[in-house]
Amino acid sequence: MKRLATAVASRLVILIPYLWLLVFFLIPFLIVFKISLSGTVIAMPPYTPVFSFSDGVSGFFANLAQLGIDNYLWLTEDALYVNAYISSIVIAAVSTAITLLVGFPIAYGMARAPAALRPTLLMLVILPFWTSFLIRVYAWIGILKPEGLLNQFLLWLGMIDEPLIILNTHTAIFIGIVYSYLPFMVLPLYASLEKMDYSLIEAAQDLGCPPIAAFWKITFPLAIPGVVAGCLLVFIPAVGEFVIPDLLGGSRTLMIGKTLWSEFFNNRDWPVSSAVAVVLLLILVVPIMYFQQVQARTQEQDR
Amino acid sequence: MKSLGSIRRSFAPWADASAKPYISFDNITKKFGDFTAVDSLSLDIYEREFFALLGASGCGKSTLLRMLAGFEAPTSGRILLDGQDLAGIPPYRRPVNMMFQSYALFPHMSVEQNIAFGLKQDGMAKADIEKRVGEMLKLVKLEQFAKRKPHQLSGGQRQRVALARSVAKRPKVLLLDEPLGALDKKLREETQFELVDLQYDLGLTFIVVTHDQEEAMTMADRIAILDKGEVVQVATPAEIYEAPGSRFVADFVGTVNLIEGELKGRENGVARIEDGQGLTILAEDAGDAAPGNRVWFAIRPEKIKVSAAKPDKTDSNAAEGEIYDIAYLGDMTIFHIRLDDGRIVKASTMNSARVSQELLTWHDRAWISFRPDSGVVLTR
Repeated sequence: MKRLATAVASRLVILIPYLWLLVFFLIPFLIVFKISLSGTVIAMPPYTPVFSFSDGVSGFFANLAQLGIDNYLWLTEDALYVNAYISSIVIAAVSTAITLLVGFPIAYGMARAPAALRPTLLMLVILPFWTSFLIRVYAWIGILKPEGLLNQFLLWLGMIDEPLIILNTHTAIFIGIVYSYLPFMVLPLYASLEKMDYSLIEAAQDLGCPPIAAFWKITFPLAIPGVVAGCLLVFIPAVGEFVIPDLLGGSRTLMIGKTLWSEFFNNRDWPVSSAVAVVLLLILVVPIMYFQQVQARTQEQDR
Repeated sequence: MKSLGSIRRSFAPWADASAKPYISFDNITKKFGDFTAVDSLSLDIYEREFFALLGASGCGKSTLLRMLAGFEAPTSGRILLDGQDLAGIPPYRRPVNMMFQSYALFPHMSVEQNIAFGLKQDGMAKADIEKRVGEMLKLVKLEQFAKRKPHQLSGGQRQRVALARSVAKRPKVLLLDEPLGALDKKLREETQFELVDLQYDLGLTFIVVTHDQEEAMTMADRIAILDKGEVVQVATPAEIYEAPGSRFVADFVGTVNLIEGELKGRENGVARIEDGQGLTILAEDAGDAAPGNRVWFAIRPEKIKVSAAKPDKTDSNAAEGEIYDIAYLGDMTIFHIRLDDGRIVKASTMNSARVSQELLTWHDRAWISFRPDSGVVLTR
């Protein structure tokens, strides 16, 4: 009897995360997916058909027949969407690469710091999260604008004669994304570098490998799980990023997050914006799942 | 000729005044902040020698090894290798290789790749690398594990990979930092002899750091005993054991009974020591101790005879007491005997016969006895 109880309890523990995913991920996704297959109407809610229990079984099938993939076809007809997807992926990829370049030395320095200092350094990396994300992005406007802090400082130094135009350019978006997502890169990198045995580097040097070569042959390959995790954590949210391009990128920047927002709020076209969201999800999830499967397979071979 | 212990050595360059040392630590000091890890230490090691640095943890033995490998720079002093000053030469250009205590095998590389790593750094031709890796795998009997990753190997196999990797480049000197520390006792004893054979076959100079005296005694030609960053004694295992230079060495290596007393006088080279509580000891090896000196008579348990009856005249030193504790270890039995003056003496007897004539048990009265040449007189 007692054994049965523990068996049920252990099942229950596994059930909770699945239940969580079902309620907060799968059901909302199915709702969005259903809306993406609907048609637009000027009503509340602004799409049709609307499923209702009062329709009965025949009404359900009549509603089902009204759903179609018209919105997805529409996305391929207007070049705006394709361009926005491509531009988002390029911006996210470049930002991720810069974040990796900036984050790696930080994580490496933290992992090599005296053990007593590491918790403090870790705290400093997490500290920006204590201020609202929105406020921090707004603060960058104050820094980057033509009469902002950065330009004033450079003018005062005499390095430039007239203010640099950074705000409302791609550069500003890169700065914003790199700044905002840096902790997501540093933390997984730190985790993989910190557990690395430093005697491996000494062994490599002892066998005749100069320090820089030892970095590429030993440290970097062993940090790859951290690099992959960090890049995914930065790339995925950066593709759909809305706040940073909206505040720092100006009106000409084309990113899918902004496109989605304007479809939803300006055009009140819920079905098309839902379709945009579903396609975005597919673009991100399919390559990542494929990549993870390849990784799992190579790990399997190692065993 | 009388010799210490029971071994005669043919290889003894340290006894040859014309032999040139291969590695010289010349007045080396190493400080980490306020802590002095190595204190004005000088030490000579000869080519093809199997040299052991023995000491408790924190005695500076690992620091010494790391300075030779180039991972630490001495605060002052010089290290010479084959006449060349090693100062300023980075670890990747030194003709020494190290076997790490943690083995430090590259986890993302196979056994083969680990062994080939150092050879690739030297720019060796691919065919030569393959040949050398094959030889190394054969040497450590791991041919069928070439493609495995380190985490797929047992502790003993990993130890062999680390060894193969560190000798693959044929270094002038191989440094071994606690090479057998992670192995269990049986495997450790086997591997000790394998290491000695390997060193002999390859003709390399080995310097091993260990805290295990048995390991040092088994493998090394000479042992340096380190304490608080200083060399206390450098000698062959037999000399260290039979003629320790100080109470520290006598106590650190093996078990010893130390009897404190005053040297009263010498007759025909035999010193008379009185402990002031009625015990008088006659000792042959009194060194340079002079009458009136405070001395310690050191004697190993296996050199003390235990008997129920009063011993005859041949053993000139004898005392009576009561058996206080007995430990039966199979190959030998250790007696703890409380002498009538309260002092406890350890004596061990080899169990060379399966059936013993004389049976001693707890609380029996017993005599201990030893010859004048069985112990050594220490002044420090």
